[in-house]
Amino acid sequence: MSHHIVEIQDLHYTYPDGTPALRGISLRITHGESLAIIGANGAGKSTLLRHLNGCLIPEAGTIRVGGFPLTKKTLQQVRRTVGMVFQDPDDQLFMPLVRDDVAFGPLNLGLPPEEVEERVQQALATVGAAHLTSRPPYRLSAGEKRSVAIASVLSMDPSILVMDEPSSHLDPRARRQLIELLKSFRHTKIIATHDLDMALDLCSRTAVLRDGRVAADGPTLEILQDEALLEASRLEKPLRLQGCPLCNARQNRDAG
Amino acid sequence: MHMADALISPAVGGTMWAATAALTVYSGKKLRERMDEQKVPLMGVLGAFIFAAQMINFTIPATGSSGHLGGGMILAILLGPHAAFLTMASVLTVQALFFADGGLLALGCNIFNLGFFPCFIAYPLIYKKIAGDRPTPRRILLGAMAAGILALEMGAFGVVLETTFSGISDLPFLTFTLIMLPIHLAIGIVEGLVTTAVVTYVWKARPEVLERVTTSGSLAPLPMKNVLAGLLVVTVITGGALSWFASAHPDGLEWSMFRTSGKEELKTPDTGPYFLLGQLQDKTAILPDYGFRSPEGAESEQKEQEEPPSSEEPWPAVSAGTSVSGLVGALVTMLLAGLIGLALRRYHRRV
Amino acid sequence: MGNRRHAPLAPVVLDQVFMPKIESSLFDLSYFDTLSGLDTPIHRLDPRVKVVTTMLFIVAVMSFDKYETSGLVPFVLYPVALLAVGNLPLGYLLSKVLLAAPFVFFVGIFNPFFDRAILVHLGPVGISGGWISFASILIRFILTVSAALLLVASTGIHGVCQALDKLGFPRSFTVQLLFLYRYLFVLVDEASRMTRARALRSFGTRGTGLQVVGHMIGQLLLRTLDRAQRIHAAMLCRGFDGEIRQFRPLKIRSGDILFAVGWLAAFLFMRIYDVPQWLGKLATGLVP
Repeated sequence: MSHHIVEIQDLHYTYPDGTPALRGISLRITHGESLAIIGANGAGKSTLLRHLNGCLIPEAGTIRVGGFPLTKKTLQQVRRTVGMVFQDPDDQLFMPLVRDDVAFGPLNLGLPPEEVEERVQQALATVGAAHLTSRPPYRLSAGEKRSVAIASVLSMDPSILVMDEPSSHLDPRARRQLIELLKSFRHTKIIATHDLDMALDLCSRTAVLRDGRVAADGPTLEILQDEALLEASRLEKPLRLQGCPLCNARQNRDAG
Repeated sequence: MHMADALISPAVGGTMWAATAALTVYSGKKLRERMDEQKVPLMGVLGAFIFAAQMINFTIPATGSSGHLGGGMILAILLGPHAAFLTMASVLTVQALFFADGGLLALGCNIFNLGFFPCFIAYPLIYKKIAGDRPTPRRILLGAMAAGILALEMGAFGVVLETTFSGISDLPFLTFTLIMLPIHLAIGIVEGLVTTAVVTYVWKARPEVLERVTTSGSLAPLPMKNVLAGLLVVTVITGGALSWFASAHPDGLEWSMFRTSGKEELKTPDTGPYFLLGQLQDKTAILPDYGFRSPEGAESEQKEQEEPPSSEEPWPAVSAGTSVSGLVGALVTMLLAGLIGLALRRYHRRV
Repeated sequence: MGNRRHAPLAPVVLDQVFMPKIESSLFDLSYFDTLSGLDTPIHRLDPRVKVVTTMLFIVAVMSFDKYETSGLVPFVLYPVALLAVGNLPLGYLLSKVLLAAPFVFFVGIFNPFFDRAILVHLGPVGISGGWISFASILIRFILTVSAALLLVASTGIHGVCQALDKLGFPRSFTVQLLFLYRYLFVLVDEASRMTRARALRSFGTRGTGLQVVGHMIGQLLLRTLDRAQRIHAAMLCRGFDGEIRQFRPLKIRSGDILFAVGWLAAFLFMRIYDVPQWLGKLATGLVP
């Protein structure tokens, strides 16, 4: 099923003001895989993600999605396969009602109104936001906005989900709900995040970006226990793996 | 400067709406031709920006009062005339619909006054010529001020014309003009300053934003021939409509001239602006001589000069007897309307 | 909110008095949204019909003679009916009408100054034409503004845009109007955060000068432009190809036609026949 493989080869990108962002990224993501992309602010996570459905054009290097090289001609095709959820849901929910936002994608795909309606209902039900169908987006909470943004992408039925900091600004309950939701998805998932505990929960594989390059790429559990690596990349271990705070305090007290 | 429905007549409102609608359709077409429909989200967001920016007020030094940004100029600078016009139109529409700032029929007037003048006249003819191609802080200041002031003055004058031609307000043309123009000069200066400050900031921080627009703009936003033809049509329609209304309505210009401060002045003076205006009116004769109900203009003019109309005259069809019953009837009507309303609400609540 | 510099007197003073607070305008708009989401027979009417009927109402009201007062009164039936059947709050409507009144009031109040001819005697009191036309202006104002507000409260921005679109306005205009409305909250929120931050760091009138404002608005502008780019990218990512397919098809039903025709007939009747005069004569005739 070469359909759903994402291949990034030696990707280079420089910002218009001259700052180099990506200096040769190579990754290969297979069907159904969950990849977490972690790294410091400015390491290039968002920039990398934005290449995956053609929002940005690489300076050098290639991207192939499902066997197709990403070019101007294949852009529409790729966007059908790769669904992207932005960092700020306000940028993504630009229609007056939730229903309109979720319908936007399918309508652009040229689907008939009845099918669009069905997809809208299904997508909203999947994220648990069916009761928000006729709400205006500005009246939603952060968690609700996030869910609706995901629904607006799901309605296009993509096989690959790309998400930029999905758990940011969420309260613990909303965050937990998001994690449970994403766990239930069979799609290929590529998630850029600072939330290392979520990465641990959701993704079997993790890539660490540092200064526009892939500093490490391997099983999540391994990477997230490598203190030296994390330290060098301005990261630290997920809170879960940092040991019990109460025991640590007792230890430190006893030690000195 | 937003006109309300209560102060304009259907003729004026309709005419301005026709002009605005034509401009709107024209701008839409131009956008489509230039593939600029991609700009639509930008236009919408900038429209919202104008609202938001209007809330950031600043204190005018030495007066202690506040002013804020108008919008038409900045939009024109960022989007070009056609897109800016549509955006300004939508800002005014939202103001009219949701904030009751300006009437619905008057919306045509408001969009014309506050959209047409800045976007299609002040911007291309002034700002662009001064600061368009090679902006420098000084050129931006000059361009923004000149264009902003001109646009506001034209808009204010538009308000005066529309109000006067409607004949509902008794404000005499000259008085109104003399009030509106200086005030809007002051407002224009203030707005020009704010516009300059903002544009200069943008130019310093990200000059490519300004360049993008100048290269894509065309030299003349409107084919001048069509504009002139349109104006001619508007004048003819307005003139025709006015004469029809003039025969049914007492008044506007000359009558209120008689009434301006002081009962002694029953005759138009032999000198001064009123006299000149009267002369102008006689000479041009394009505008109908409104102010008198019947075509027997001259004699009635004489008569009114001698004595103020008393209540016995059938002009303007209000007399003592009818007014009392009218008042009673009005009260009865309102009562009935209220009762009908309550009944409807109760009925629909139950259903 | 909006450009309130429209009275012919010291506009700058009025500015400070009449410019409402930022947060309350947002809340207001949000309340409007709630109102337009109700489900009543009025809300269910085709938006085109509502727009056209309201415009006809306004034209009818405005076509009256400048001295007409009692003849205008029966027209209040239209807003009353909309309010009642649409289950919309009267107090709220009145407060909004009142808020919009100052400009009209200030222009209209000149009429009694300029038009001093006594037109009518009510008993011993003589009323000049100016006062009558002023009253007429006020009545017109209340009628037209309430009709417009009720139109929006029962239709909502989406309905209005749909109606405008189907009535022939260019799509770039109507869709852009939708975006404006959608992002109004976001941007006003940003602006209010900026002004609050500024207020916390400025004392008296220091810190609120031109340069600062220029920077603030400039910043807001640049952020807005960035946001617009991101929105555009989001649209492209969901397959946007330049054509906007958002508006659902509208169907005119018999109820809609009945509404429009019925009210048109009522407006014509009330315009031609002076109902209050007739009622008044009836009432005063009964009293000896």
